[in-house]
Amino acid sequence: MKLLVTFSRKEGKKPIIAQVVRDTGVLVSVERALIDSSEGEALIDIPDDTCRIVRDKLADLGAAVRFLEEEIALDESECVDCGACISICPQEVFSFDEESKLHMDAEKCVLCGRCIEICPHRALSRKSEA
Amino acid sequence: MKKTIHQVNERIRDGNARVVTAEEMPGLVAELGEKDALAEVDVVTTGTFGAMCSSGSFFNFGHADPPIRMERVWLNDVEAYAGLAAVDAYIGATQQSTTREDQYGGAHVIEDFITGKSVELRAISRGTDCYPRRTITTELLLENLNQAIMCNPRNGYQRYNAACNSTDRVFYTYMGMLLPSCGNVTYSGSGLLNPISNDPHFRCIGSGVPCFLGGAAGMVIGEGTQASPGGGFGTLMVTGDMKQMDSEYLRAATMKGYGVTLYVGLGIPIPVLDIETVRSCAVKDEDIWVDVIDYGIPVRNRPSMMKVNYAMLKSGRFEMNGEEVRTSSLSSLRRARRIASELKGWIESGKMTLCLPTRPIDYTKKASPMRETVQGPRVLEIMDRRIITISEDEPIRDAARKLLKGETNHLPVINSEGVLVGIVTTYDISKAVVNPGKGTLVRDIMRRKVVTTTADEAVDIAVQKLEKHNISALPVVDRDFRVAGMLTAMDLGKLFGGRWLK
Repeated sequence: MKLLVTFSRKEGKKPIIAQVVRDTGVLVSVERALIDSSEGEALIDIPDDTCRIVRDKLADLGAAVRFLEEEIALDESECVDCGACISICPQEVFSFDEESKLHMDAEKCVLCGRCIEICPHRALSRKSEA
Repeated sequence: MKKTIHQVNERIRDGNARVVTAEEMPGLVAELGEKDALAEVDVVTTGTFGAMCSSGSFFNFGHADPPIRMERVWLNDVEAYAGLAAVDAYIGATQQSTTREDQYGGAHVIEDFITGKSVELRAISRGTDCYPRRTITTELLLENLNQAIMCNPRNGYQRYNAACNSTDRVFYTYMGMLLPSCGNVTYSGSGLLNPISNDPHFRCIGSGVPCFLGGAAGMVIGEGTQASPGGGFGTLMVTGDMKQMDSEYLRAATMKGYGVTLYVGLGIPIPVLDIETVRSCAVKDEDIWVDVIDYGIPVRNRPSMMKVNYAMLKSGRFEMNGEEVRTSSLSSLRRARRIASELKGWIESGKMTLCLPTRPIDYTKKASPMRETVQGPRVLEIMDRRIITISEDEPIRDAARKLLKGETNHLPVINSEGVLVGIVTTYDISKAVVNPGKGTLVRDIMRRKVVTTTADEAVDIAVQKLEKHNISALPVVDRDFRVAGMLTAMDLGKLFGGRWLK
């Protein structure tokens, strides 16, 4: 299960993900992170059965947590099945099926946004913004 | 055995014609043999659906009252060419909106018309005795136009070279997003379904031949612009009535960093009259080879990384330089198939009959590059020829001294063999003074990743490097990576007032 964690760094640099790993014993894999001087956003992947305890621990440490499920949306009326998105996706979310129709494994997505930016037909968007 | 075009048309009219798509043909020929395939198959249909920038439409708006001779015309803020009498204009697919830039362009105007949307026409004129009116603004639907004739100068490329990028930054091209270090390969075209690939000697495709264009029954005008069939890159000029078109087969698009383009659906039926046509229509993806071109190198004759065929490209991944690389198609194979099968339906139902070209296309012709009579400036002509460098083993203090003495802000760093290994700037030295912990030698503080230029590089390319990397100087290096000078933002000033900007 993927979690989007946002946190403020105003109160100083707390190693919150390291602390979650130590306190919960859950092996967190960080798939994408963007951290600057005042705030940070990290997309983490954890086993499904641990998401409650990880979420609670992160919340205790002052981070905002959101579960991500199939965050990327494909507008089939705009998509022409060209496949421009296939090779640029770091997670291999996109592929062609036997009919050369675009197939999407949305749960693999880490929201890097590349495909949204380059889709020639503007057929891809983030669900929360769609 | 040979068949005539009349026999084929008779069978079409009788509803007895055997039509197959170009994808079905290789299997059929393998199964039946060439002779029986000739007896069996009357028509092979082809199809392709991809970005075809060289597309556009002629419009006739009808006369206003009082009449105007439109000199400049905008459709939804996209300028159309109006140097064609009074109320005619040609809109090009890649022309961009004056207000919305790459988010809207000629291709979108065409798509909006086809989907039944209203488009705003604005035009201006200086006014004449016969055409006194000076301005006009009106909303138009496709049905309000007398003619809307799509006329695409260059469509249906026989095949197209695949693209990759060997540099260390992302490239946004008309071939899509190219990841650094050859991280992906992009390609375009439907391979064995492509019209010209099924008739590379233009025995059946030429002027007057019917085609499927954007969902309408259109016609091949003849050779396309920049056609180079002698090298395997034939193109076609095609036309069709926009009023019969369907947005399923015509879509506006934006290639990030490049701009607006139009995805066009094109298909051509090929009458199977002799063994030679049977053979050419049995073409397979494995037979159609292209180069993988390195778009990271900014010259016309970009180097080829390797040769690949459409079977490799369509498989989604292949090996390049010992590493697996993933591919992206930019055209839609699914829609190309749909076009070939729709065309098949048209012919089976007798909606379209065929003809042979009224004027042949020369299949040996090759396109030439532009003759350039005025060469743009090269780095050599404006670079700073003073060679001030420092060795990586020298103390930082000496670098500071050299920078002061040379009155420059950038100091290339060389190793004991004189090869460029880094660069230090006045900023790096100031930083070293404030935070002295890093070391005392130039090599401790230099930047090792140096963006360079060469003396014979075009200044435009060097300027692009400065902008992309947000830097203000490039060391000029020779073939052995030895410093031959510097090109700084200051040197660019030499272009002003000089002979280059007259």
